[in-house]
Amino acid sequence: MRAIAAGLAFLGKRLTQAMLVMLAILVIAFAVRTALGDPLREIMGEAVPESEREHLRHELGLDQPWPVQFVGYLGGAVSGDLGTSMIYKRPTLEVVLAKFPASFELVLSASLIVLLLSVPAGVYCAVRPRALGAKLILGFSVLGISIPVFLTGIFLITIFSVWLGVLPAFGRGETVRLGFWETGFLTLDGLKHLILPALTLSSIMLPLFIRLVRGAMLDELGHDYVRTARAKGASPLRVWFAHALRNALLPLVAVGGLQIGTLIAYTLLTETVFQWPGMGFLFLEAVTRADIPLITTYLVFVGLLFVITNTIVDIVSLMLDPRISLEGTR
Amino acid sequence: MRRLLIISLLTFLVLGHAQAAEAKTLRMAYDSDPTSLDPHEQLSGATLQLSHLLFDPLVRFRQDLTIEPRLAKSFEKIDERTTRFHLREGVKFQSGRTLSAEDVVWTFNRLKQSPDFKALFEPFSEARAVDGLTVDLVTKGPYPLVLNLATYIFPMDREFYAGVDERGRPKDAIVKSGSSFASSHASGTGPFIVTEREQGVRLELKRFADYWDKASPGNVDEIVFTPIKEPATRVAALLAGDVDFIAPVPPTDLARVKEASCCTLITMPSTRVLTFELNQERVPAFKDPRVRLAMSYAVNREGIAEKILRGSATAASELSPPGYAGYDPALVPRYDLAKAKALMQEAGYGDGFSVTMMAPNNRYIEDARIAEAVAAMLAKINIKVDLQTMPKAQYWQRFDERAADIMMIGWQSDTQDSANFYEFLAMTPDKATGYGQYNAGNYSNPEVDRLTLETQSMADPKARAEVLKKIERILYDDAALLPLHWQHLSWAARKNVRIDKVVNVIDMPYLGDLVIE
Repeated sequence: MRAIAAGLAFLGKRLTQAMLVMLAILVIAFAVRTALGDPLREIMGEAVPESEREHLRHELGLDQPWPVQFVGYLGGAVSGDLGTSMIYKRPTLEVVLAKFPASFELVLSASLIVLLLSVPAGVYCAVRPRALGAKLILGFSVLGISIPVFLTGIFLITIFSVWLGVLPAFGRGETVRLGFWETGFLTLDGLKHLILPALTLSSIMLPLFIRLVRGAMLDELGHDYVRTARAKGASPLRVWFAHALRNALLPLVAVGGLQIGTLIAYTLLTETVFQWPGMGFLFLEAVTRADIPLITTYLVFVGLLFVITNTIVDIVSLMLDPRISLEGTR
Repeated sequence: MRRLLIISLLTFLVLGHAQAAEAKTLRMAYDSDPTSLDPHEQLSGATLQLSHLLFDPLVRFRQDLTIEPRLAKSFEKIDERTTRFHLREGVKFQSGRTLSAEDVVWTFNRLKQSPDFKALFEPFSEARAVDGLTVDLVTKGPYPLVLNLATYIFPMDREFYAGVDERGRPKDAIVKSGSSFASSHASGTGPFIVTEREQGVRLELKRFADYWDKASPGNVDEIVFTPIKEPATRVAALLAGDVDFIAPVPPTDLARVKEASCCTLITMPSTRVLTFELNQERVPAFKDPRVRLAMSYAVNREGIAEKILRGSATAASELSPPGYAGYDPALVPRYDLAKAKALMQEAGYGDGFSVTMMAPNNRYIEDARIAEAVAAMLAKINIKVDLQTMPKAQYWQRFDERAADIMMIGWQSDTQDSANFYEFLAMTPDKATGYGQYNAGNYSNPEVDRLTLETQSMADPKARAEVLKKIERILYDDAALLPLHWQHLSWAARKNVRIDKVVNVIDMPYLGDLVIE
């Protein structure tokens, strides 16, 4: 009973937090509206007379001060209307949601690559710190962290698309529609298109995570319980993975959750390089073309994503560590 | 008998197969995506490029900028205000209807309603259907550019756009912001029909079986357009064979594409001039023609075209590009640093002065780097430039505010005629008439104003060209603006795609006539 009440309180708190975050984003988005540029410039020809532009500006209510526009927006938001995109000519929420699956699949694949590579590599570097392999891995990760993601992308395209001709250079390829969700996971073509962008995006996080795993493992390996387990005759593999790694995971999950934000930020660059039809690409396009309603909706949506991922991270930490309880998070 | 049957059957199969193998698909990647299928919604390059695929104009420009008949098989001048167009017979719309003069009149009237196009059609008073296949375009006064404007008349199927859509809105409404019937449905007479469209991701077209132009060599049955924003990726996609045709090619990759054995590169000077405007209202020194001349002499245009644009620009000292009536080959680009310094001395500004400059950083080819180079060149005659560059989304607001002493602008003439440059960039700014809308230099010369207005009603092309050249000469001698170059256009394609026949200086590839070998 107490656990349920605590759970509800936890969710309630997170919900309020989400609302506050989105409201704060909105206020900022509206306050800087005029600095984002003039959307009419992008939807009208250059030679169009000023009077026509003024006319449309008035029609769209863009000539009003931002607090007035803000109140109007909130009024619409209550009934689910978050504005109409200037360049897509459809409700902004619809446009952003339609691009969500592409970005989600990209981030998920990149995270999987990071997870599958960083854990074994990090553990290896921790247990065999002096081995040549460990030095190579660490050296390579320094290299990886210092190359801009944009270059990594172009580099991979040049090798795998232009020279070897084995992987496509851009786009998402063939997709399958499952309800509203358009997935590239179910076709060979879709998976082929996914490889280079996912590798590029993972290259941001991989070096960091290898180092994180290594550091956390080194920490754990120095503890008494590891020595005890070894003394009892447990196999080294069991000690590393079943005992030490489990404890090392805790800080990893916490940091990993925070890094999701970085990953979303880097989808902007990765998606642009690969013409990946996701939210990051959409956002950059909206910014270049000053599609203010679309920019606003994107920001609010990403704010919501942040709160959700942080909530998930908290729940996962809870499951990993019995010492943390819901009451404690209040 | 039976044998004959089998043979004929086999022949049929083989032939049928051969025909299927002939089906040609063009995969094209370009930098921007048209936001709408409505040809009257936005006056932009992307819209016009698409219009040439889904629709056909009355007449269009050839590669040498002469006029080629399209839906109008011929045209003649009836009197000084009326031009008569004779339409082709039996031209089919994609809906199956046959084109008539009424469709042209309907389209003309819709153009007059369009916020983006109505200013262009201001000189026209009406379009009149004389009979089923004859249309008269009537101008308010004598107007020399009737045919140039007729390239903008892409007849639309008036019955297809009649009535209301499922939401009760008129189907012919021009909606600048938000959805409309015409922005997502089209019926024109053009070579291609839209089969699938996901904005910003892909646009698929198939050839219109009843296309009127049977003489067209074009053999493309299907086109798949993909916008690829990132230039490096666009080039890589072409080199990798993922697409067949790309535009534009960034300057940094020109050499690489040219050397690639897989591909053909085509570049040509466009009609867009890039220029700086010197604000005389903000800087008193700019009122002195000697100072403006000194600045003109201080800028090494050839150097910018060669070093920064890697040859993909032609140095310019006038606005009109070659091929335009006002173009004068005698107006050569100036560059003489000693002379520039002497002029500054003479004007009493030997010690120079400080000014501000603004330029966009994602609007024109290498715009920000060009601005940096010009700022550095002006420093040599002691004009200290405080440069600020910004994305185009922010730039235009600042431009409208005339927020800096020197501002960059690129301009191409919507009428493919010199006078348009002077009307927008050189005439005295006047809010009421709209002239000088982009004259951020506030240059004002009654002679230029008078002559430009005069050309608007001159019917004799020869005499008119003389006046246009005269204006160009005045602007050159006065150093009214600081033109730098005409940008080049660039396209690249796989070797078997014969783009050389379909590209042109106005950047409207006529893909209906494209041949894939």
